[in-house]
Amino acid sequence: MPKLHWEDFKPGDVAIYGPRRVTREEIVAYAAEFDPQPMHLDEAAAGTTLLGGLAASGWHTCCLMMRVLVDGLLSQAASEGAPGVDEVRWLKPLRPGTEIRVRTIALESRPSKSRPTRGFVKFRFEVIDEQDTVVMDLVCSQMLLRREPGAAA
Amino acid sequence: MKYFEDIQVGETFDLGRHTFTADEIKAFAHRFDPQPFHVDEDAAAQSHFGALAASGWHTASVWMRLMVEYRRRVVEATRARGEPVAGVGPALGFRDMKWLKPVYVDDTIEYASEVIELRPSGSRPTQGLMTIRATGVNQHGVLVFSFVSTTLVERRPDER
Repeated sequence: MPKLHWEDFKPGDVAIYGPRRVTREEIVAYAAEFDPQPMHLDEAAAGTTLLGGLAASGWHTCCLMMRVLVDGLLSQAASEGAPGVDEVRWLKPLRPGTEIRVRTIALESRPSKSRPTRGFVKFRFEVIDEQDTVVMDLVCSQMLLRREPGAAA
Repeated sequence: MKYFEDIQVGETFDLGRHTFTADEIKAFAHRFDPQPFHVDEDAAAQSHFGALAASGWHTASVWMRLMVEYRRRVVEATRARGEPVAGVGPALGFRDMKWLKPVYVDDTIEYASEVIELRPSGSRPTQGLMTIRATGVNQHGVLVFSFVSTTLVERRPDER
């Protein structure tokens, strides 16, 4: 299958990737390594926190979103990575056992100013649960190779 | 942590440093970001990175661990002085995350957070909003990573 290039993403395009079930074990394993706070490690301690029970670290949710996007989208695309993230909102606790999917909404597309071989697509990525509730959303620009390198903008 | 009233704009928290080994760069990427330039030296050499580079989410995850460890040290020191510990609320997100330069094998990143804004919360009289700019600087003094984040911090009981 030919790889997806910058030209293949148009503003308004919507797609869904996943699902992936998030286990208690992986929530605790990520937290133990990177975010060892009680609400991500232990049900009893988590019950007394603002999250009201065990929930994934927000950074873990970012990482899980990335894995779903790499498996479903970026591994099929001529991806050159991303220079950063405009904004992330953690909207709802991500509980053990939740089956997540990632909805991608292409917002804008522009060629690179400096590299004729590259373009940027700005996306909103939404991590959604089984009820279609948005657990986290994120806006970021993805760098992709152009199929037809053109004049720099 | 300190109470909201005891924090100053411009105050910097030195969070410590972390060296990214090839094994841990690849292990993290196999779990969360298995793009060729994060898991395979040869593929990375052919990519725009030019050599194996850490996932940006790995760079960010290590910031979080160092922040949690920093807070723990502050809490222990505050308790040791017999002083009350101010509560810190969960962050609701972050913005302006920039992966400015690649983090390569055996790079050592020094992480810090600087307070850039303090304002009272309109809806929560017992808390204030602290905005920080987090940074990561490599062993050559080059800024490789930054983002901005706002957290709720408890106000002094006598100032509410």
